Order: sequence, then C-alpha cells, then structure tokens
Amino acid sequence: MAKIFAVTIIVIAILSAIPIVRHTWWLPPDVSTHGQPIDEQMSETMAEAGLSFLAAQILLAIFIWKYSKPRPGEKIKNFPGGAMGLVIAAFLLVGTEVLALGAFGAKAWASIYLTPPSPDAMPIQVQAGQFAFYFRYPGPDGKFGPLHPDLISEANENFFGLDTTHDAASKDDIVTAEMAIPVNREIHLLMHSKDLGHSFYVPELRVHQDFVPGLDLSIHFTANKIGKYEIVCTQLCGLGHYNMKAYLEVMSQEDFDSWLKRQAALQ
Amino acid sequence: MHDMSAHAHVAHHAPPTSFIRKHIFSIDHKVIGKQYYGLALVAVFVGMVLSWLMRLHLGWANLAIPGLHWLSSTGAPGDVMTPEYYLQLMTMHGTIMVFFVLTTAPFAAFGNYFLPIQVGAEDMPFPHFNMMSFWVTFVAFLVLIASFFVSDGPTLGGWTQYAPLSAVGAVAGPGQGMGVVLWAASIAIFCVGQLLGSLNFITTTLNMRTKGMSLWRMPLTTWGWFITSVMGLTAFAVLMPACILLILDHVAGTSFFVASNLVLNDQLQPHAGGSTLLWQHLFWFFGHPEVYIAIVPGMGIVSHVLVANMRRPMLSHRVLVYSMGALAVLSYMVYGHHMFVSGMNPVSSIAFSFPTLIITIPSTIIVLIWIGSLYGSRLRINTASLFALGMISMFISGGVSGFFLAQPSLDIMLHATYFVVGHFHLVMAVAAIFGIFSGTYFWFPKMFGRMMNETLGKIHFWLTFVGAYCIFMPFHYLGLAGNVRRYQAFVDDYLQPLIPVHRFITVAALVTGAAQLIFLYNLIHSRFGGEKAPDNPWQATSLEWATPTTPPPYDNFGGHLPTVYHDPYQYGIEGSTGDYVMQNSPEKVQSVGEEA
Repeated sequence: MAKIFAVTIIVIAILSAIPIVRHTWWLPPDVSTHGQPIDEQMSETMAEAGLSFLAAQILLAIFIWKYSKPRPGEKIKNFPGGAMGLVIAAFLLVGTEVLALGAFGAKAWASIYLTPPSPDAMPIQVQAGQFAFYFRYPGPDGKFGPLHPDLISEANENFFGLDTTHDAASKDDIVTAEMAIPVNREIHLLMHSKDLGHSFYVPELRVHQDFVPGLDLSIHFTANKIGKYEIVCTQLCGLGHYNMKAYLEVMSQEDFDSWLKRQAALQ
Repeated sequence: MHDMSAHAHVAHHAPPTSFIRKHIFSIDHKVIGKQYYGLALVAVFVGMVLSWLMRLHLGWANLAIPGLHWLSSTGAPGDVMTPEYYLQLMTMHGTIMVFFVLTTAPFAAFGNYFLPIQVGAEDMPFPHFNMMSFWVTFVAFLVLIASFFVSDGPTLGGWTQYAPLSAVGAVAGPGQGMGVVLWAASIAIFCVGQLLGSLNFITTTLNMRTKGMSLWRMPLTTWGWFITSVMGLTAFAVLMPACILLILDHVAGTSFFVASNLVLNDQLQPHAGGSTLLWQHLFWFFGHPEVYIAIVPGMGIVSHVLVANMRRPMLSHRVLVYSMGALAVLSYMVYGHHMFVSGMNPVSSIAFSFPTLIITIPSTIIVLIWIGSLYGSRLRINTASLFALGMISMFISGGVSGFFLAQPSLDIMLHATYFVVGHFHLVMAVAAIFGIFSGTYFWFPKMFGRMMNETLGKIHFWLTFVGAYCIFMPFHYLGLAGNVRRYQAFVDDYLQPLIPVHRFITVAALVTGAAQLIFLYNLIHSRFGGEKAPDNPWQATSLEWATPTTPPPYDNFGGHLPTVYHDPYQYGIEGSTGDYVMQNSPEKVQSVGEEA
C-alpha cells in the first residue's frame, strides 16, 4: 500500500502542475501599462513555488516508498547532514527565495501604489453602492461638485447626491452607469462608497482596490488596449453581490470625446 | 531542569457516581475531551451538509434540491436557493467549520483528553473551569444554530463579518439584524470557553507535570497544545471585545465600525464617526493566529503519530518545537496580508508582506524535519500513519500558495478569488482535518478501549485523500482565472466558461463528503463492536499508553502518578519490550538521542 500511496502522491503532484504549466486557466491578457511587473512576478513565483511543491511531494513519496519495508534487523539511519543541515538549507534556500520575492514584489507594488498620478491624469469618480457602480466625469470646468448624502435618491436618479441647483461645479458633472476611458491616457480614479464595503476589480487591467465607507481612496492606471472589460465587486456587500458589475470600455480619444458628449447631452 | 518540574497537588475528587455528573456535567478532562469531540463531530456534519448545498448551487444555480424548502421556506422557495440564502449557508459553513470544528477538535478535544495524561497529571488544575469551557462552547453553538430559526435567517456577511455590512443592521439585507447579533453573541461566548480552556492548558503544562517530566520531555502533541493555548489566550481575548462592540453597534446605537454619512435604501444612516477598517484590524489580529490555532495542534498530532509509526524519534524534537513557537510568534505579525487592497496604507502592505514571507521558513523547517525523519525509518503503514503522511502532502500543497498571497503585488490579482479559498482550505482546513483523522485512528483504542476497523479506515483515507485534491486543487486554477469568491452564481461573461470546473468540484465534494459516512460508521461500529484494544496497541512510548487500564481510570494513573525517565520518543533502540522504551520505564537504555 505504501508504494501505491507514493505513486499516487507523485501522480497528483504532476497532474496538478500540468494546467499551470499549460496555462489552461491563467490570468487574462494584460491591458495596462503597469501590469507587466505583476505578470512577471506571478510567473517567477509560480516557478519557485511549483518547484518547491514538486520537490517536496516527490521527496515525500520516495521516502514513503523506500522506508516502508525495512529489511529485518535494519537499524534506523539519520538523514545526511541531520536536522541542522535541513535548517540551514531552509534558511538559505527558502530564506533567499522569499527575500528575493519580497524585494521584487515590493518594487512592483510600490511602482503602482506608492507612485502618485501624473498631474495631467484624467480624474473620474466611481461610486459603489448596493449593487451598482456609478461614474462621474467633471465636465468642462474640470471640477467635481460636492456630494450631499442626504440628497441621494435612486428614485430620482440622483445617485451621487448632487445639488445641481446650488452647486455650480455640479451643473456640468456627467454621471454614467458605464465607464469609458481613452486608451493610453492615465486615469486617476477617485473611489467613494455610499453605503458599505465594495471593491473595484478589473482583472485585465491588473487593478483591484476596496472601497472603504468613510475613507475616499484613489488609484491610477493607464489602459493600453482598446476593448470592453468587466468591472466586478469582490467585497461581499449583500445578496446582490454576485451581480454587482459594470463595464469598462477603453476607446480611442476621438471615440471617447464623442461618447462623453453623448453622455453630457443625456444629463 | 528535570528536577525543576513541579507537580502542584490539586484537591482529589472521588469518581462521580450519578449519570449526570459522570457523563454530562463532568469535571473529568477525559469526558470533557470526548464531549468536545462529539460537538465537533456534530458541527462538522452540519458544516459539510451546508457545503454540499452550496456546491450543488454553484454547479447548477437553478437546481431544485429536494426538501430544501423544509430548511427555509423563504430561503429556498420551490427548493431553489435564493442568492441571500446561499450567502447565509456559506457564512454558517465557514463559522461552524473554523470555530466549532477546526478549533474544538484538534485543540480542545484531543488536548483535553491527552494533555494531562501525557504530562502525567491526574487532571487539570481548574476542572470546574474546564467543564464550564465545554458547556459555554456548547451554548455558543446553540446560539449560532438558533440564527437559522429567526425570522430572516442567519447572517449573510461571511465568517469574517466585515463592517459596515455587519454593523448597520437589517437595512443591509436579510440576516444582518438579529442574525448578526446572534453570530456575534455566539462567537463572544465561544471566546469565553476557549479562554478558560487555554488557561487550563497553560497551567496544566507549567504546573502539573509529573516527576521527571521536564519541558523537553513533553511529547510534540503537548508542545502543540501548549503553544496553541498561548495563542488562544491572546487571540480570543481580542476577538471577544470586538464582537461585543459589534453587538453594541446593533443594540446600543454606537458606531464603532460605521462611518458617517452612509446611505442605504436612500436613507441616511443614524451612525457617525466609526471606522470600517477597525473591524478588519481587530478581526485579523485574531484571524491569522486562528489559522495556527487550527493547524499547530495538527502538527503536534501528526508528529506524534509519525514517530510511533516510523519507529524513530524526529530528526530534531527541539527544532520542531522552536519552529512551532516561531509560527506562533510570527502569526501576530502577518495579519495585514489579509488587507493588502483594503485601503490600508500601502506602505503597511510591504511591512506585512515580509513577515508573511518569512513565516514560510519555520513552516519549511517543519516539513523538512518530517520528511527528513522518514529517511532511514522503519515506516509502518496504517490508517493513522496514512492520514499523518497525507496531512504532510496537503500542508505542502496548501503552503506553497502562501508564497503568492504574501505578496501585495500578486494579491492585486488573487485577493478575494478562489485561489485564496483553495489555499486556506488545504493548509488549515484539510491539513487540520487530516490531523484530526490521524489522531482519531491513533487514539481511539485508548479513548474507547476498542480498535477501529483498519479496512474501513483505509477506504476512508483513499477516498478522502484523492477527493480533497480533486476539490481544492482546481480552486487555485479558478482563482488564477479571476474567479471571485462569495458569488452565488457566475453571471459575468468571463466567469461563465469556468462553470464546468465548478461542476467537477461539486461532484468531487459530494463523493468525498459521502466517504465521511464510512468514517462515521466506523466510529460508531467500532465504539460498540470493535476488537478489544490492548493497553498499548502501537507499541508507543508516551504516558497515555502507560495508564493502568484502557480507557484510563478516573484519575488517569490509578492513584500512582508515573515518574518519567526518558525523552518522549525512545524508538529504534533495543529495549526489553522491543524497539522502544516507555517514558515511565526505569529501564536504562542507550538513548537514541537526537542530532540537534
């Protein structure tokens, strides 16, 4: 039985690795300018974790195979190098591996999250609420009007709580249910939650950030491929969580300009 | 050091004679251990049935599950699960499994039964606290289950109960009113039970060791429970007040976890000034140590079972203990990796990333010591050792995905996806459950005086081992493809191609779950009809095998506490009884010693 067990471990380990090696299920193609270090880091980590996984499982299987039928009178033996050898190996191999991963990973993270947006990045506000995203563009004046939570009304389609009667900056704000951005233009996304915790996840864009009620956050990114992508919520927000999504359309500057004009006319 | 081990005398209590004092409100640690095991057994079957229902729904979203409306007529009208009912079952599955199975079985159940015996004590120092710890935990379970019977059902907020979804009340959705209050009350009560238990474990280990039982002569199981109880004392002490604050947000009009100006259903909420992230910090300060509270006892059990079946001590007893201790210390420094994209300062993410990566070093050392100890051993294959070896395989598989989740840059892709679900199920749930199974097959003869059926045990092992991989390995593939967790159906365009993978997982989960019925049958059948067990069926060395009767008498050692002469695992030697010498045997032998 030990030998069957050992073979089973190895077969499971290899079968588990095949879809990873073949990329049967893998990250969707990257459409961002910042995603390359993330993808490289993912591949690097996969190689190191995968080798550790296979090596450990195979070693476990070999020892189960080999030492389950000792010959009569055979004395126990210690692993060459003993425990200290293994401890040193763990510190050297895994320690070096994790420090390298940590350092390169931190660099990739810092290039996204610790780098401010450029001053000419295009501001767009996204508001999350049970169970929809709404987007706001500042209009020709380039300014967002203030929010008045007490004015929020789904019935009146005042999703952000804007006071267009009294707030001059709100008058030209453009509110949409879908997000459009021009390709190759940096976006500064201002994130606001009106009710609970939500999240903004676009796998193709390599963007993922929670909305925190009471704490307005921002992220910035540049999409470099025209296309239509799904924005999904990943923070459990209630019964409609699975269906909380919107579309992000990346378009040429000309298409975007005409899209924004059409949206302005609809306000 | 040996002579320093003190044995504090407790008041001797005569064995009870009434049924109630003997079997229900018992102060005997062994009965309490069995009660915890029974509670965990009930809880794990409830949790497993919930997971079956969830998996069926994930595979076939509009499937009518016959009889489901009996569970909830509003949650499953026409036997088809509603989105909110899916989330409610999911929340209860997670809560029941993490608290009432993974914490109670390896730690409270086996620890209660065997820790005092393994250190040579007749009981724990505070037996009434011990009884209270179980009954408090039992009440906590009833309070949680009671939420199935309130008007809008249990909470749907997930076992992590992130605020403000959990704190604003019924306006946030079904179960978010009374359901959350019952959830938080249950967990706060549960914490009281675990705090009492942890105090008993710590004092038993430090004060109740018999003559000759120095700390380094304690078996690895005892070390595992001792380290876990220190973690339990600090982690549950944070979760309990957090739950009380959450209840106050519901019933006392406070706003600990709710910010100002929130609008739900077009209504401005009457809360102001709270912090959304405060709950996450408090919860994960408990939550990450909880991962190790679940797995460290399993590490101890697997080590203990392996040495008896490898017929040799571990390559290094001390290195294993130091590594388990390092896991415990580091477990408090890593919790922020659950919050990389939560809105926490991004610099903190880097600060939490490094300890998370570094915790892989003691984990790797533990695995290498296990594998290295197999080298040159005389391995016996039985159900207990198969589950112990299976646990090592699962722990490796679940552990390597930690390399990914420790890095904030990769968390951008993997956070809140099935990759995370696959990771924690393998590394803390399946691995811990394999530890529980290994301990059950190993200790059942001592606990009940009968052997378990080995053939049924091996069938149970094979189905569980292959089944667990079929369920949880594909979770990682789904996560890499961006499959978000906590969705009741996959309506997004990019998720629909993944539904066949979900169906495969569902079938695997049903088969693997059904295999657990074999275990249940074996447990019950062997309890009453199993072959009578000898006192030391595995030729093991630690004190639980040195009791005068099997099961042990009320005071464990029949009025004569043993004296310990040896390190815990004197295997692979030439003793008068065979290739081992028991800890309490005065026989002088050439110690096998250890390398480090």
